[in-house]
Amino acid sequence: MTDGPGSVRASATGFAARSAVLPVLGPAIIWIPATLVAAAMLLPLAYLIYRAAGAGVDAWELLLRVRSWQILVRTLLLASAVMIASTAIAVPLAWLTTRTDLPLRRMWTVLTALPLVIPSYVAAFIVVVALGPRGMLQQLLEAVAGIERLPAIYGFWGATMTITLLSFPYMLLPVRAALAGMDPALVENARSLGDGAWTAFWRVTFPQLRPGIAAGALLVTLYALSDFGAVSMLRYETLTWAIFVQYETGFDRSLAALYSLTLIGLAGAVLVLEAATRGRASYHRTGTGATRSQALVALGRWKWPSLLLCGSQTLLALVLPFTVLTIWLARGLSAGASLVPLWSSFANSALSSGLAAIVTTVVAIPVAVAVVRRRGPFGWFLERVSFVGFALPGVVVALSLVFFGANFAVPVYQTLWLLVFAYAILFFPAALGGARSALVQVNPRLEEAARSLGRTAVETMATISVPLMRNGLLAGAALVFLLAMKELPATLILGPIGFKTLATSSWSAASEAFFARAAAPAILTILVSSIPLAIMLSGTRAAKLSRVWRPLQ
Amino acid sequence: MRIGRRRLLGAFGIGAATSLMAACGTINLSSDRTRTATGGRRGDLIVYSGRSESLVEPLIDRFAEAAGVRVKVKYANTAQLAATILEEGPNSPADIFFAQDPGGLGSIAHFMTPLPDRTVNQVPPWARSPEGGWVGISGRARVVAYNTDKLTESDLPDDIWGLTDPIWRGRMGWAPINASFQTMVTGMRSVWGQERTREWLEGMIANKTGFYPKNTPIVAAVGSGEIELGLVNHYYLYRFLAEEGVSFPVRNYHPRAGGPGALVMVAGAGILDSSKNKDNAARFLEFMLSKTAQRYFASQTYEYPLVNGVPTERLLMPLEEIRQPSISVNDLADLRGTQALLRDTGALT
Repeated sequence: MTDGPGSVRASATGFAARSAVLPVLGPAIIWIPATLVAAAMLLPLAYLIYRAAGAGVDAWELLLRVRSWQILVRTLLLASAVMIASTAIAVPLAWLTTRTDLPLRRMWTVLTALPLVIPSYVAAFIVVVALGPRGMLQQLLEAVAGIERLPAIYGFWGATMTITLLSFPYMLLPVRAALAGMDPALVENARSLGDGAWTAFWRVTFPQLRPGIAAGALLVTLYALSDFGAVSMLRYETLTWAIFVQYETGFDRSLAALYSLTLIGLAGAVLVLEAATRGRASYHRTGTGATRSQALVALGRWKWPSLLLCGSQTLLALVLPFTVLTIWLARGLSAGASLVPLWSSFANSALSSGLAAIVTTVVAIPVAVAVVRRRGPFGWFLERVSFVGFALPGVVVALSLVFFGANFAVPVYQTLWLLVFAYAILFFPAALGGARSALVQVNPRLEEAARSLGRTAVETMATISVPLMRNGLLAGAALVFLLAMKELPATLILGPIGFKTLATSSWSAASEAFFARAAAPAILTILVSSIPLAIMLSGTRAAKLSRVWRPLQ
Repeated sequence: MRIGRRRLLGAFGIGAATSLMAACGTINLSSDRTRTATGGRRGDLIVYSGRSESLVEPLIDRFAEAAGVRVKVKYANTAQLAATILEEGPNSPADIFFAQDPGGLGSIAHFMTPLPDRTVNQVPPWARSPEGGWVGISGRARVVAYNTDKLTESDLPDDIWGLTDPIWRGRMGWAPINASFQTMVTGMRSVWGQERTREWLEGMIANKTGFYPKNTPIVAAVGSGEIELGLVNHYYLYRFLAEEGVSFPVRNYHPRAGGPGALVMVAGAGILDSSKNKDNAARFLEFMLSKTAQRYFASQTYEYPLVNGVPTERLLMPLEEIRQPSISVNDLADLRGTQALLRDTGALT
């Protein structure tokens, strides 16, 4: 990546023509780990099929009720709405923060992506407390304008809004990457040939963004499919809610498994759809060779509406939750609530999330090589299978590992390692996305040269490929870190006995309505996981940095 | 890229340093955590607790101290711990399952070992498993939590049947997914019969009763005035009063005519059959039924003590004054029938 534009272009064409570069890296060190990773990703699926096989007639009858179809339709509606709303927010924000003279652009670059660090169960609770029919906003409006009740936030719109605010950064990052990596000459040519700014955007820029939008849409949609915290608090019954109800009430694991497999089926359909979009878009994929700095678009009179857009998004998704948490903390402290010491929870969170980030990133390397350096059916399969964990609610993945751990892997059961393994299954796409798009930019000729000069495959990986992939690997690791920081169900179920993290401390207090005690660890979770993200986003030029996170491109 | 390298490595450095600090912290911690006063053996007792850490940890610490047993606790939601025990099967590391509700205990009844009579006989018959697999540790009452700015107790019906009156339309909340709620409906089926229970559920649904995922958000919604009353367990109110002060505009109402809405249930515990520390586990249950522990539940978690001679917290209505329906524990066992009815009426997915 330190080489000039010419060689980068060469690599882009080079590896496409050279689908047999694999021997350069040696098959064994790639295929064995890659196969193991695929097997690990399939564990939850194997568990679900095993459980579903035990389903009796009554479970099948319950699954095939009219009610289940309604739930399915609701789930699809929610996922589509979140996807559309995320696109509507992410594309303008990405453009504003990369291509315009927006005031304080650097700051907005970081702030607009930060909602990623807010756990869904915290955000949803706060949305209800703040924007509910008789929430904080209503109280404010009552004092000012005498409004006694706001329309209910519950249901489809509330759930769509909440999940969109939490998940749109998954699209913001890849779209920003695509915009930043675009050759400015394209738009300039269009303009010089007589297109207006808007026409040029729709005819030239937008098609270039399509792969980025598709990759982001995939993650956003899967997030909406698997989210539980927001749909439960906002009372919108989706498939995850149905799964939760089974675990909560009937202990009917076979019905829960049937619902979970339905969810995986939906996720599979989304993956295939995304692949179809990509297939058509691949011949005009973003040129990655532009190193010429891009001229910023002067916003002029659009400056204020643009700031309003960035500001309102930040206000809702970031300032609001933070303010409510701070109010709880302050109120509890002034009422004499005592804070429990958080050092041990903090240490455990940092340790387990740090390990998850390292382990997941390391195992993502061979998978990325298998996917990028040889695009066969196995690579295609590997890439898709890595999304199984991401598409499932955490509790399902956790219980599948309880089953395998307690029965077949007793020595690691309820150790930190099994928890780290669960995080890896849940968040693998984040690490793979980083590793993969970084490797795309590494010229395979460098690897070939190293091999021809006598380096072994492992040495070549360690001294040539991995150092060149560093930025992408770090970005992926940062994402895994923050996702693991806020993960709750797997942490509760699989953590070593007595293992408290910031997330479990916050949950434990909130579930008993000790809001002040819940607020402190929640605030700390958000702050700690913001650090790596903020450094990643502000540390390098957006053009370079965000390019590394383009999953499935 | 060259510009960013240093910063990125810096970021990685910070991350690594944090992890390292965390690792050191954890190492220190594990020695802090050894809860032995007299040097008990490691792995002396493992508790799966569906009761929250913030409520029972101080008490468990006291037990560890007094008994010289090292106790390790996994805290999570009762239903998910029950599912975990079901998946673990006979390999479960747990010795004790300490559950929020009898439903959670009942679902893993076949993994429990029968408790000695002298343990279970300390609590009244309604507060223990008829088969002796688990014993109630503390009592909790079903109540109607109402907003005191909008309602007075005299506005509320004599029993919860009255809530099906259309005047309550759009003013109520419930949590049909909640285990305590389902136990109440099971009791209702026993007292009122299947058909009248169905009518009640249909009446509540016709009244647009809002469904919430659990009790805490219901009490919060009653407090904000989003709804005027909610069907919950009694103790949540006291947490809110502690956090928000006595001006928090919610109070509990035990239906004056009794009936299923005045049911009193238990949180309980049992010993797993696969436990290798059954002696320590039995001591744990003995401790939980001791006067010390029962006083703790009465004063700290605002629950009802279940053994003789421990007074109820004065803020609570005494157990004797609640007109509990006469329901045997066996009648509360049929959760499946209740869930089928809840599904049938559309109260549950």
